[in-house]
Amino acid sequence: MSAPFEFILLLGGVFCVLILASFVASILKKRVSPDDTDPVIENLVARINAWWAMVALLAIAMLFGRAGAVILFGLLSFAAMREFLTLTAKSRADHYALATAFFVVLPVQYFLIWIDWYGLYSIFIPVYAFLLLPIISALRGETENFLTRVSETQWGLMICVFAASHVPALLTLQIPGYEGKLILLIAFLVVVVQGSDVLQYVFGKLFGRHKIAPVLSPSKTWEGFLGGVLSASILGALLWWMTPFAIWQAFLLSVLIAVMGFFGGLVMSAIKRDKGVKDWGHLIAGHGGFVDRLDSVVFSAPIFFHVLRYFWSTV
Amino acid sequence: MTANSVFANVSASVIVLFARLVTAVRAIWDGVEPVPSKRVYFANHTSNGDFVLIWAVLPPSIRRRTRPVAGSDYWLTSKLKTFIGRDVFNAVLIDRNPESREHDPVAQMAAALDEGSSLILFPEGTRNTGDDPLLPFKTGLYHLAMQRPDVDLVPVWIENLNQVMPKGEILPIPLICTVRFGEALRLEAGEVKGAFLERSHAALLALKDSGDAA
Repeated sequence: MSAPFEFILLLGGVFCVLILASFVASILKKRVSPDDTDPVIENLVARINAWWAMVALLAIAMLFGRAGAVILFGLLSFAAMREFLTLTAKSRADHYALATAFFVVLPVQYFLIWIDWYGLYSIFIPVYAFLLLPIISALRGETENFLTRVSETQWGLMICVFAASHVPALLTLQIPGYEGKLILLIAFLVVVVQGSDVLQYVFGKLFGRHKIAPVLSPSKTWEGFLGGVLSASILGALLWWMTPFAIWQAFLLSVLIAVMGFFGGLVMSAIKRDKGVKDWGHLIAGHGGFVDRLDSVVFSAPIFFHVLRYFWSTV
Repeated sequence: MTANSVFANVSASVIVLFARLVTAVRAIWDGVEPVPSKRVYFANHTSNGDFVLIWAVLPPSIRRRTRPVAGSDYWLTSKLKTFIGRDVFNAVLIDRNPESREHDPVAQMAAALDEGSSLILFPEGTRNTGDDPLLPFKTGLYHLAMQRPDVDLVPVWIENLNQVMPKGEILPIPLICTVRFGEALRLEAGEVKGAFLERSHAALLALKDSGDAA
């Protein structure tokens, strides 16, 4: 249980931002919503409080290295898939297939990451689960909506388990001269992608006028997107000292992460619209559900992982 | 407290914790507040876990005074079921078969109310496994309302548990469940059996629809 010095520095920085955010929110609350009536301010306060809890949880998990990251993201995958599959098409005939997804596929995927079996964890869900689960469903003989049911279940696994598991998978990379510091890559990814979410929200609230996809997500604007992605990428570039990247590389990788994160939010909004819900869940006050918070991470993590693996890692 | 009742209390906490882990159950108080007044919660019935979910969302102080009404013909058939039904859930066990029963079920329920308990009742009488969202009510709710007209009857719609654990399955699937509490109703002066059962049935179905619309 040891953290690189850079991790402590970054954590200190994040705490400073949170203290500032809580301070600003408390002033806004006194001015605008002294009797808890303004929904925007109340939501802001709830969001910031939830951020404190999320940062604390993530920091504790990171202190335990790969075990901490695998267990934390395994649990997040469980909570996310519970939300996702609540909304998908299913019938009684899928009972064993769904049980297999939760109690076999999910733990096996994270176990494979734990033992660093890249050759299997990168195809386990896209190949083996993809073929196995429809077989289990088919054996029960219910054909109504069959393709919809098996497709939506597979989608849930791909998003909530496969994609999310690429965050702890970052710890299996081998980058010369960067031994023992890999958790900083998780920290970098999370800070940039969540920073981008927050900054898009801030820029959107302050300057947002031109909607990108009014039907899909009325809160997403060009001003929020450009301001958020650009400022988050500058933030990422300024964090180059804790990464194996040069400043310009850190900037470009941050652009990639932030843009993928934005599109993750867009795609998951499309699914919410399709299913007729506003939030995926209710467990993170102010944010909605786990999927609401993870949508940008799951879209950026696999791409970030593979770019690093191709250009930086020796295995 | 005896060893048995300590064990029963611990078992109850474990069961509630497990139910929360699997279903992340959320209560929506949409007409009444979670206050410790004497009530009959009447709910749709699709799974043996139904009253566990209602229990799980009640504040602990209220939970201890809220007893499910369940069929003794099911719950007294094995030692484990008897322990869970009688000791853990402190159920009011009624015999659903009129031929064999020794006690009047409505009198048993009224007695439990008189002792200060609230009740959880499934007026469909049995678990609903068909496509119809809510079966017609048995008459127990009406007779209870006749005998204790001053007790609030609170409709409770349990959403999704039939998919978490369909009848006959042992392994639950983790999916999010919602328990929605509606506005309390009582038997109105001069209201006849058919009209009352229809009104309470409609009040419960309306909760389902308000959940679907949200």
